[in-house]
Amino acid sequence: MLILECPYCGVKAEETELAPGYEAHLKRFGPGSSPEEFEDYMFARKNPKGVHFERWRHAYGCGKWFLAARCTATLEVFGTYPAQTSEPPADIIAKIQARRPDWQPDWKGTK
Amino acid sequence: MSTRLAKGGRLINRTAPVEFSFNGKRFKGFQGDTLAAGLLANDQLMVGRSFKYHRPRGIVASGPEEPNALVNLGKGSRLEPNQRTTTTELFDGLESTSQNHWPSLEFDVGVVNNYVARFLPAGFYYKTFMHPRPLWKHVFEPIIRQSAGLGKAPKDVDADRYEYAYEFCDVLVIGAGVAGLLAAKSAADAGARVILLEQAPTLGGRAPVDETEVDGTPVEAWLSAIEADLKARDNVTVRVRTCAIGVYDHGYVLADERVADHTPGDGRPKHRLWRIRTGRIISATGAIERPLSFYGNDIPGVMLASAMRDYVVNYAVSPGDRTVVVTNNDSAYRTALALKAAGLEVPAILDARDRATGALPEAARAAGIRVLTGKAIAKVKGGKRVTGVTVCAQAGEGSVQEEIACEAVAMSGGWSPVVHLWSHCGGKLTWDEGISAFTPDPTRPPLNHDGSALVAVVGAAAGCLSLANILAEFGAGSGKAAIRLPDASQTPDGSVAIPPVWVMPQGAPIAMRNKMWLDYQNDVKVSDVQLAAREGYRSVEHTKRYTTLGMATDQGKLSNINGLATLANALGEEIPQVGTTTFRPPYTPVTIGALAGESRGEIFQPLRRTPMHEAHEKSNAYFEPVGLWRRPYCFPRAGETHDQAVHREVVNTRQNLGLLDASTLGKIIVKGPDAGKFLDMLYTGVMSTLPVGKCRYGLMCNEQGFLSDDGVVARIDEDTWLCHTTSGGADRIHGWMEDWLQCEWWDWQVYTANVTEQYAQVAVVGPNARKLLQVLGGMDVSKEALPFMQWADGTLGGFPVRVYRISFSGELSYEIAVPASHGAAFWAACQEAGKSLGAMPYGTECLHVMRAEKGFIMIGDETDGTVIPQDLCLDWAISKKKADFLGKRGQERTYLASPDRWKLVGFETLDGSVVPDGSYIIADGVNANGQRNVQGRVTSTYYSPTLKRGIAMGLLKQGPNRMGEVVEFNTVTGGTVKARVRDTVFFDKDGEKQNV
Amino acid sequence: MSEPVSALGGTSFQGFATIREIGPLGMITLRAKGLKSLDKAIKAAVGTKVPAQRRIEVNGERACGWMSPDEYLLVLPYAEVAAALAAIARELAGEHHLAVDVSDARAIFRIEGAKATQVLQKLSPVDFATLEPGELRRSRAAQVAAAFWAQDGGYTLVCFRSVAGYVMGLLTHSAQPGSELD
Repeated sequence: MLILECPYCGVKAEETELAPGYEAHLKRFGPGSSPEEFEDYMFARKNPKGVHFERWRHAYGCGKWFLAARCTATLEVFGTYPAQTSEPPADIIAKIQARRPDWQPDWKGTK
Repeated sequence: MSTRLAKGGRLINRTAPVEFSFNGKRFKGFQGDTLAAGLLANDQLMVGRSFKYHRPRGIVASGPEEPNALVNLGKGSRLEPNQRTTTTELFDGLESTSQNHWPSLEFDVGVVNNYVARFLPAGFYYKTFMHPRPLWKHVFEPIIRQSAGLGKAPKDVDADRYEYAYEFCDVLVIGAGVAGLLAAKSAADAGARVILLEQAPTLGGRAPVDETEVDGTPVEAWLSAIEADLKARDNVTVRVRTCAIGVYDHGYVLADERVADHTPGDGRPKHRLWRIRTGRIISATGAIERPLSFYGNDIPGVMLASAMRDYVVNYAVSPGDRTVVVTNNDSAYRTALALKAAGLEVPAILDARDRATGALPEAARAAGIRVLTGKAIAKVKGGKRVTGVTVCAQAGEGSVQEEIACEAVAMSGGWSPVVHLWSHCGGKLTWDEGISAFTPDPTRPPLNHDGSALVAVVGAAAGCLSLANILAEFGAGSGKAAIRLPDASQTPDGSVAIPPVWVMPQGAPIAMRNKMWLDYQNDVKVSDVQLAAREGYRSVEHTKRYTTLGMATDQGKLSNINGLATLANALGEEIPQVGTTTFRPPYTPVTIGALAGESRGEIFQPLRRTPMHEAHEKSNAYFEPVGLWRRPYCFPRAGETHDQAVHREVVNTRQNLGLLDASTLGKIIVKGPDAGKFLDMLYTGVMSTLPVGKCRYGLMCNEQGFLSDDGVVARIDEDTWLCHTTSGGADRIHGWMEDWLQCEWWDWQVYTANVTEQYAQVAVVGPNARKLLQVLGGMDVSKEALPFMQWADGTLGGFPVRVYRISFSGELSYEIAVPASHGAAFWAACQEAGKSLGAMPYGTECLHVMRAEKGFIMIGDETDGTVIPQDLCLDWAISKKKADFLGKRGQERTYLASPDRWKLVGFETLDGSVVPDGSYIIADGVNANGQRNVQGRVTSTYYSPTLKRGIAMGLLKQGPNRMGEVVEFNTVTGGTVKARVRDTVFFDKDGEKQNV
Repeated sequence: MSEPVSALGGTSFQGFATIREIGPLGMITLRAKGLKSLDKAIKAAVGTKVPAQRRIEVNGERACGWMSPDEYLLVLPYAEVAAALAAIARELAGEHHLAVDVSDARAIFRIEGAKATQVLQKLSPVDFATLEPGELRRSRAAQVAAAFWAQDGGYTLVCFRSVAGYVMGLLTHSAQPGSELD
């Protein structure tokens, strides 16, 4: 059962205190977007074995959404950061690259 | 016969005798005994029958690995099936019965299976009961069910209490043998918060039985000293009777503490499930001795060598006057020496190895015990108990060279490190040739959240089988400074060699292999695994399921390695290539009670009550769950059915006055300079233009465009709105709002607050509604002062209220919010004031009937997550002007714009009956699966007491274009009901009743 | 007008710790962030300073707890809520904030006695050994949201009013005599 540190209140929350929100850094496509864009936004979810960016809500806590970078295979957590960003902060990227030299940035915004 | 020795027994208290029973027979034992020890002390060798062949089975082990000696423990509300006698502590009055026999343990009908065993090979059920199909249900299944299974499930409610407890530490040490004790001490020395768990009631592991000294000190003194040292420390917690059952991600460990198993009814919780979060885990879980595979290795009296010396040393129990020891390694010699020391006879040690020259074999020879090397057991003689063994050469095919009379056989096929906890969370294993066992691979540990090794394994669990080397790993020993915790897992030290002996004798023919048991509990033999290999099974996981090897309640603790070695040999592969099956929690079986913890009865789940809940109970309300809320479904009077109560409530509300507890309605405040803009994105309609003081109905969709919630929005002031949600939807919608505000539009200035529970809300509904408010008095609620779809603050009957003039019934209706602390009093005041006005409380079903009569949709009835507002003909509530709102793009998808969508219409049955719930509207022809085609379905269907007929709403292909058409609904009995398509408003189409 | 009643009418249980439902108590949810007058508003409402992350500032019967980076929980006598809301409105006039009365939406319990911690240790995944004095912890009690802090030799626990009966049941179960931890 995961532990993720909420970047807002500093609590090292266990999974039962959190609610999952799936893939992070999605770009919303609204009216006027093409079917392909909308499909990608709505349905095309990554399911990597490895580094992944996720949304989590500290539901039984401060109620805030935050983002987590972790490895889905080893469950190693590279860091958590506030949700008010469209891409992972540089220090998180650096931590991932230190641990996973082969990894390349791959969140949706990088396409 | 097995019996109690006159002296000895380090764990028993001879001054504290206890009485217990087994199958009604009364026995005597001592405090400190396990049930298994007590049974053996009373010569109860045979304790159960095997699962498939119903063969007599005796106690094999002395710990949680025991496969045979499972009993029903206790009775009535304290009956527990499948309890291991080897871990059950004896207490005065303990009652136990054996399992899996009929009609009795001594005489069992199912044993006939034993004589037809060659017709019951691996996969027998799969092969046999497939055809003819009809026979399965009525012939095969009932017979199999009658004879299958071990203990019987209890029928009474469990009389005991259970609970969880959360605990945190830096280092969790699991297992309190010498390695675990040293690990705990060294971690504590380094300042860590340490928890040490031990499944047994006492500390020390195997050392007190197997060793005389630890680190130069007599073993008992060494153990007492380190136990006292650990318990004196503030940073160490020692828990006995606590079994770590599972290791999970990020250092989460479940441990089952048997608090009161041995003191039933003393008021303490029976079990406590510890939910431990630790920075690091030290697994010091020891090793389990393996049986040897020889003919008749399951006959009562054949026992693991280590278990036998446990019984002798710990409980002063003799397994019999004469014991033959059979082994492939030195450790079993300890048993021979222990038996000899207790004054018992060991006619021979049969050692499969060609040479036995270690210290222990030499000690045995010096003690005058006959040691035969290169020998094997050809056959164990006896039925319900051992009477002797025949001896053959291990290298041969089983020609009998000698017969030795004996009452017991002590066997040792080597040791399997307990690698379960290492493996639960992904630790990998490696095959160690030196000790013929899987050991943890220190280079591939399970990982923690920071990528470090979560688990380190020490002692015998790491394959480190000699005490001297365990001590050396910790830096203990003379002249050494403080002990230290090894940085990584230990590894087998090479000082102990255990050669592989998987079958005894090596060339045993099929007739012998047919009686060599691998899995005692599930009755899997060497021949079964070999048959599976011949039939093409190559994966160990498949073979396990096909033969049921290792699938019993002991999960193969004794059998797995022998089984997969047999499979590897049959396939001509190496053991590491065949691999192991997956180790999954729990390590030992856990009762459902322990897992449920406090979640039973009244606190099984949170039950949400409104402030008026008690009043409803007094009014004989029949409750229904709405989410976690309990809401009155109806208020039946004496002699009334629920249907009759609902009909009365509908008629009375339409004619006089109804009162509804609407407190569960979601209420969310949305405030800020950007609140209007935000609500325009959230709702399909426009909320920013709503004037202060007014209310507007709104729909919320998810991004796919599907309808998700609805409710009335009130504009409170210039930058504040109050959004009502469905009863079950408040938390979800509040979370939805916060999601968008935090993660998408974080620069918008909007705050939300879920104030659902701040208010009790009462709907006052019916022609006399205004009169009731006037009786209460305090504010002007006239048509002019408070028109439809407006709200006002004020007081009523002295209560501070906010009154919303909204209606979900088509009647003149006010919804009145009061602070929850006044809810019960206000509800009582409404009832009192309404007495002369014909007021009656009504429940959710009346609410549903009335809204259906008016054609109002209900989230969850008309919607199911695949319905867009346009399907429900709610286009009027969708803004055409807004450039964007959540769900707008989703609704523009072509298939949602299709004219062939199923759309909402009303239905009137031709015969006035009620369309069955869940009915489909059938169409011509059949689909590819031969099922009737359908063209729609019912979404709401009720008997209307107002119209005195069945009414329904439903989704019909091109519905609105088909007014007047007659369609057919299917019924559960296979018939159909004819209904005419019509509009959805069945009652008061012009809304005259609510606009008064 | 009737007297306000708490969710369970002040019920109590005496186990190895004492459980008391207290209240009604005044409570205000204040949502605001980075406002220059926030300290004045909180001072005016409950007389405390603005609490730091995860802290609760206690001032006799009044307190202000940090709930999230933009949310505070003000605790005060029930009858003073309206005046406190007015004070906040005055101090924060023209600034983006939300202050709302939640007194009736909550139930409040006191857990008291030498082993009070053990009662909560059975219900919440919280390391009480590291819970500092004056720290407000939001977590769960078994299956529902709860917030608690150490105060006056015991704990004060706040939950939603509708589940007060459930939480009382949990606390009663956890405080049963004979079920002490260690």
